[in-house]
Amino acid sequence: MMKQNKLSTSWRNFTESKLFFPLLTLFIILIVDLITVPGFFSFQVRNGNLYGSLIDILRNASTVMLLAIGMTLVIATGGVDLSVGAVMAIAASVAALLMNPYVLAKELPPNLMQLINDPHFTYQPLWIVILVTLFVATLCGLWNGLLVAYIRIQPMVATLILMIAGRGIAQLITNGVRIQIFYEPYAFIGQGWMILPFSLYLVVVVYAIAWVLTRRTAIGLFIESVGINFRSSFFSGIDEKKIKLLAYAFCGFCAGLAGLVASSNIKTSDAFNLGMNLELDAILAVVIGGTVMGMGGRFSLLASLIGAVVIQAITTSMYAIGVPAFALQAIKGVVVILVILLYSEQVQVFFRNLNLRKEA
Amino acid sequence: MTENNVSNVLISMQGINKGFPGVQALTNVDFDLRYGEIHALMGGNGAGKSTLIKVLTGVERPNSGKIFLEGQEVSVKSPQHAQSLGISTVYQEVNLCPNLTVAENILIGREPMKFGRIDWKETNRQAREILLRILGIDIDVDRPLGSYSVAIQQMVAIARALEIASAKVLILDEPTSSLSINETEQLFQVMRKLKGENVGIIFITHFIDQVYEITDRITVIRNGQRVGTFDTATLSRMELITKMVGKSITVLDEMSKIKVETGKHISKELILQAKELGQAGAIEPIDLELHSGEVLGLAGLMGSGRTEAVSLLFGLETPDSGELSIDGKKVEKFSPYESIKRGLVLLPEDRKATGIVDDLTVRENIILALQAGLGWFKYLSLQKQYEIADTYIKLLEIATPSADQPVKNLSGGNQQKVILARWLATNPKVLILDEPTRGIDVGTKAEIQKLVLSLAEEGKACIFISSELEEVMRCSHRIAVLSDKKKVGEFSGDVDEHVIMQAMAGE
Repeated sequence: MMKQNKLSTSWRNFTESKLFFPLLTLFIILIVDLITVPGFFSFQVRNGNLYGSLIDILRNASTVMLLAIGMTLVIATGGVDLSVGAVMAIAASVAALLMNPYVLAKELPPNLMQLINDPHFTYQPLWIVILVTLFVATLCGLWNGLLVAYIRIQPMVATLILMIAGRGIAQLITNGVRIQIFYEPYAFIGQGWMILPFSLYLVVVVYAIAWVLTRRTAIGLFIESVGINFRSSFFSGIDEKKIKLLAYAFCGFCAGLAGLVASSNIKTSDAFNLGMNLELDAILAVVIGGTVMGMGGRFSLLASLIGAVVIQAITTSMYAIGVPAFALQAIKGVVVILVILLYSEQVQVFFRNLNLRKEA
Repeated sequence: MTENNVSNVLISMQGINKGFPGVQALTNVDFDLRYGEIHALMGGNGAGKSTLIKVLTGVERPNSGKIFLEGQEVSVKSPQHAQSLGISTVYQEVNLCPNLTVAENILIGREPMKFGRIDWKETNRQAREILLRILGIDIDVDRPLGSYSVAIQQMVAIARALEIASAKVLILDEPTSSLSINETEQLFQVMRKLKGENVGIIFITHFIDQVYEITDRITVIRNGQRVGTFDTATLSRMELITKMVGKSITVLDEMSKIKVETGKHISKELILQAKELGQAGAIEPIDLELHSGEVLGLAGLMGSGRTEAVSLLFGLETPDSGELSIDGKKVEKFSPYESIKRGLVLLPEDRKATGIVDDLTVRENIILALQAGLGWFKYLSLQKQYEIADTYIKLLEIATPSADQPVKNLSGGNQQKVILARWLATNPKVLILDEPTRGIDVGTKAEIQKLVLSLAEEGKACIFISSELEEVMRCSHRIAVLSDKKKVGEFSGDVDEHVIMQAMAGE
């Protein structure tokens, strides 16, 4: 009897946790795949690496997962960052330029032309490329944070500035040229495998950093407190401005990393298309993860990650089922509506009552 | 208890039950309201008054029980539905739009039209006329509501509630807690007028004087159950308080003894010294001194500069004249963070806006300021957090199922205790309490007053602000009086109430 009570309590805790709905959604999508797509759950091992549809979903989700980690913190402070897609483009341009600045020159001696098509050539070593790119992306985040926290511009408006200007900046950096990236080691970031895709390890590392930063220091508590009531937080001695600045800077950092992964995937800096509309996917992932947009407060990084996987799972499943690409957006919209409905107060109350009735 | 004469019963609520997860808020509560009656609903914090009102106004659905309006059974589905039934409510917190003008707030959704567009001239004229007619106040209705004091905003809310529907029932949920004496009197005139028009009024307040001044009957609720309904004329104050608290209050006598006793131990050392501290437009240069172990009362009417003065002390604002020394050290940087570091804390006046962080748990709310003082990286372990939270839950007798309860689920008085705990946990030298007992029931009020004195006994210094002069006098060793953004006097020892009142009035 006791044991059963304990079980039902932990079941109830689980159903009321932020992880429940994203996992439920993911579960339903996978069930649909199981029925309609033969071989969806099969894995292959090649050269010691794992391949399969599920791995594809995770690998393709990794950019949005990276963005979602940073976005979670920003949304938890009661803000939003619309510029992450543009920051990805800036990051890609910076990285490409650092590896291959010669494309900007009007005329190149033929020996140099040869050199830049060499998969082993890079102008700056890889670690400098990565560090400088992440530094620039973090600066972009700091800029957003400055506007929001210190100049008190509404987050939506403040980050809209960089969302629009960012793609222009990305073009300016490369002088309007799309720089192709031939350097082979760079491709490993997005396309490499170490049993699992390398980008997944990046996600895990960034998640771990964010988790330690927010759950093993007071920063997580302060972020939630500022998001729920920044005035009370200020009265309690919390420097709400610094907290917001940190959240936006970290979000910029994550966008930079996502930019590296994305540009490594397509082997080019594409100021127009790289990261296009991904800010919306990132926000959606966070919302699916149960962090309340516009209100801030309680957040779960893990739930946001699952949210990102859900979005990618929808896309991949649709392709696998054979939905044409042009219908994809509409179907995605339907799924989003369903998810948002799950979160609505009425449905939540319904579930809570269900739980109560079970206990009674 | 009085018998119900069926024909003059306006509202009858029978056997209302309402439970929330973990709490039974109302158990079998009966309540009735007659035509042309002002009926006080009394009870401590968390007694279930608000829940009963929420059931009546359709905010919450009861688990069981019936509501009859003019003899017809009704099921109130939503606040809008309640309004259409003729049940209007004015809440303690003003529920209007501060960025719209007064006229827009009153007539929103029903603005007079001309050629398919809003006729602003007519809107303003009507709004002004409504305010004059109903409340007898004449203000510029074209200014944003937020530019007026809370008192005026409250009046506007009442005008709107009355104007919207031909209200049969008006519910006033602590409407007077932020009103001055004159404004309260104005409100009472309005209430008497409505009573004459056969409107039934449910009046919720913590001010016992007002209950006796204006109400016909009193219903007392305690722990979610109705204690009884009484004719105001036949119930003595002591009886009323006893029924509300469930035990008689002897604390008050005790308190004056403690005060005299602690008064002997005030140290000579200055813990806080403000010289000519001021900020243009907010508060004129003010001198204040405070010793360890002393309670300094700040008396003054609303808008006299009390809150502005302590905002400077706590560093919410930076003064543009004078200087401030804490513990002999001159203050250079003004911010709440620096103040907490120096051992000076402020319990703010507005609990909801600047006090609690409502989605955080009781534990997190209690350790918030302590953690803020420690910084980002010296994170208190969970074990330590629970230790601190449990200590203060016990010490202050905070009524909560656990330290993990979101603080928004607690009643007002318990929320106030949580914020008090937040400050005590930082082990401050100087505590500034701005209206710590506002909107709090008699029992908790006495507890908080007693706590202030016992803190002084431990050698802490307190600045105590309250709109209730009696309370200031009961708790303070010395009283500084503010009027019109200036300090106008200082009194120590046993001083006559009228002397202070004269000073407060600026005479």
